[in-house]
Amino acid sequence: MIEIENLCKTFTLHNQGGTVLEVMRDVSLTVPAGTCVALTGASGVGKSTLMRIIYGNYLAASGSVRVAGVDVTRAAPREILALRRETLGYVSQFLRVVPRVPTLDVVAEPLLARGAAKDAAHARAKELLTLLNIPERLWALSPTTFSGGEQQRVNIARGFAHPYPVLMLDEPTASLDATNRAIVLSLIEEAKARGAAIVGIFHDEAARAQVCDREIDVTLFAPQVAA
Amino acid sequence: MTPLLSVRDIRKTYGAHIGCTDVSFDLFPGEVMGIVGESGSGKSTLLNCLAGHIAADSGQVIFDTRAEGPQDTLTMSEPARRMLGRTDWAFVHQHARDGLRMGVSAGGNVGERLMAVGARNYGDIRHQAIDWLGRVEIAEDRIDDRPTTFSGGMQQRLQIARNLVTGPRLVFMDEPTGGLDVSVQARLLDLLRSLVRDLGLSAIIVTHDLAVVRLLADRLMVMKSGHVVETGLTDQVLDDPQHAYTQLLVSSILQV
Amino acid sequence: MSDYNFAYLDEQTKRMIRRAILKGLAIPGYQVPFASREMPMPYGWGTGGVQVTAATLVPDDCLKVIDQGADDTTNAVSIRKFFENTASVGTTTQTAEASVIQTRHRIPEEALREDQILVYQVPIPEPLRFLEPRETETRKMHALEEYGLMHVKLYEDIARHGHIATSYAYPVKIEDRYVMDPSPIPKFDNPKMEMAAIQLFGAGREQRIYALPPYTKVVSLDFDDHPFEASKAPHPCALCGATGSYLDEVITDDAGGRMFVCSDTDYCETRRAQGHVGATQTEEAA
Repeated sequence: MIEIENLCKTFTLHNQGGTVLEVMRDVSLTVPAGTCVALTGASGVGKSTLMRIIYGNYLAASGSVRVAGVDVTRAAPREILALRRETLGYVSQFLRVVPRVPTLDVVAEPLLARGAAKDAAHARAKELLTLLNIPERLWALSPTTFSGGEQQRVNIARGFAHPYPVLMLDEPTASLDATNRAIVLSLIEEAKARGAAIVGIFHDEAARAQVCDREIDVTLFAPQVAA
Repeated sequence: MTPLLSVRDIRKTYGAHIGCTDVSFDLFPGEVMGIVGESGSGKSTLLNCLAGHIAADSGQVIFDTRAEGPQDTLTMSEPARRMLGRTDWAFVHQHARDGLRMGVSAGGNVGERLMAVGARNYGDIRHQAIDWLGRVEIAEDRIDDRPTTFSGGMQQRLQIARNLVTGPRLVFMDEPTGGLDVSVQARLLDLLRSLVRDLGLSAIIVTHDLAVVRLLADRLMVMKSGHVVETGLTDQVLDDPQHAYTQLLVSSILQV
Repeated sequence: MSDYNFAYLDEQTKRMIRRAILKGLAIPGYQVPFASREMPMPYGWGTGGVQVTAATLVPDDCLKVIDQGADDTTNAVSIRKFFENTASVGTTTQTAEASVIQTRHRIPEEALREDQILVYQVPIPEPLRFLEPRETETRKMHALEEYGLMHVKLYEDIARHGHIATSYAYPVKIEDRYVMDPSPIPKFDNPKMEMAAIQLFGAGREQRIYALPPYTKVVSLDFDDHPFEASKAPHPCALCGATGSYLDEVITDDAGGRMFVCSDTDYCETRRAQGHVGATQTEEAA
């Protein structure tokens, strides 16, 4: 589902003397359907950068990244948006929402964006929020005021609302207690079982061991190591 | 898929000064594009050229009309362009009083476009006005009040209702949340977002507020000194800006 | 005879005005700009109508001048005298006898004929003025037939009063094309505008002339569910008993006494001469 070939990534800092930072060189990687790949390596080696490139959030310097057949390094914005709407899900570490929108609508949003009926979208959102132990009294409130753990669970609910065939998970279990962590891991296993290709960053080794089929050390892609 | 709007090499100069130049892009149905840049970057000039409020020196603005397919709106007859302006196009001004008739009731403001396209049943017009006031969260009992008695946020929402009542397919917005206080902005943004999604609108939003485009726009065009310096997916341009000016713009945002 | 040129204005000016009138007749309802002259009376006293009349009169015309239907008010008397002095034309108070009738705010009750001309005094010729103050914009709206705004005005009326409360200067559409201000005549008179006589409108201060040829289609704007009504006070005339004429309310004492009488004085007098009586006369007789 994900095929990365000869991917390179640089950042040019125009306002800091035009410094060019080469952060990644010749990344080649394949993630088949139904598997979960964990990105590992020390903080700052580029795990999130790689994930963001796959998601189309960062531009590649060269190489190709094909997600369900679409090369996100060359696709037009609307093609990437269509891909994100139908195929490519992303659970980031941080929740970014419009202030004052109720939690229920935040979670239902990906379904509504795909044209689902409001009732059906809300039903699915309620199901996930219940599963992730977000108390019902919070559903009508905006998640901006929630605790870190609650925000993360809202984020996960949103990311799993639609059964995306490809999922990016950036530390999905980081600030969760044991119960909720187990629930999230079972969600990931269910996603794999229905054939989703998953790329994840997990600092939690036990979690990694439980759901991941492969580990990729991103340090290997760093230019200074390769050189 | 046919683009709803195809813009080709739009150029507008004011004497020796360049308003905007070499602007080309396609906007597809349902897409929301943001145009950002500092004051004087040419973004408002561009928007007004696209909407036909000022005459571009050269270029094409091809709109996929319902009746006759793609037509260059810069060369079409003025009556046809103005008809487009009150049916398939909408323009939301930064200052609501530029887009509203301040001496006419809220209902009359919403009803005007309906009457302009031939609605002649008072009951129907009023019914639609009430419906639209509801959609922009203005209470029905304010329908006969003039916009002068409304708050800034309400005026802006009324302007949006007035614009959307004829079911336009393309909405031009010039700093739609500018001049409103922050809490009102958030409410308006949420409203705009759901209207755009529910009605499948295409929109071009000019703003200098990057937070606004992050929430509303699918894609972004960054302008500087009348030129487009960078385009792309909104979050990509904001998170991984390529051009020096965009990097400066993004890094200049104050963190709260 | 005085030392004035016939009908006060010089021949070149009259020619210029006649050209404007002809253009107006050719494009019914369209406001034709003209070089309005200073007249020996203040703006608002009928300078537009007087110039149109002056350009229209020929020596054997018979002129009638009315103000709110009456021949004997200051404005009507002054203008009649003005043309008696400057054009030596015959004058009359009888509608049927007149060949040119200059009017302020009324159309005579008696139907006009093809050999008659009705000249209106117009204060504000632009019907869109109060909703769109920019002249450049209103001209464009006329040119492009963008008249939605006119209905906004009627909408506002219904929203505020429950019905169309505009009772005079009620906007009309001419031959399905131009929206026109009929001058401040009561809307009761609107249906009469589809008439046999030529109608000319002169606005002196605003420098506009417009016109309606005989039998021009004149439709009062309205809504499907709030149709136009040519309303009047629901009384018969207290003097002549007429039930179909436009009435003025006359306060008769300071104890709330009032009566309704025909605003068209000639019409009322003619009826009374024919023996018609209203409620006042029968009371006095009793």
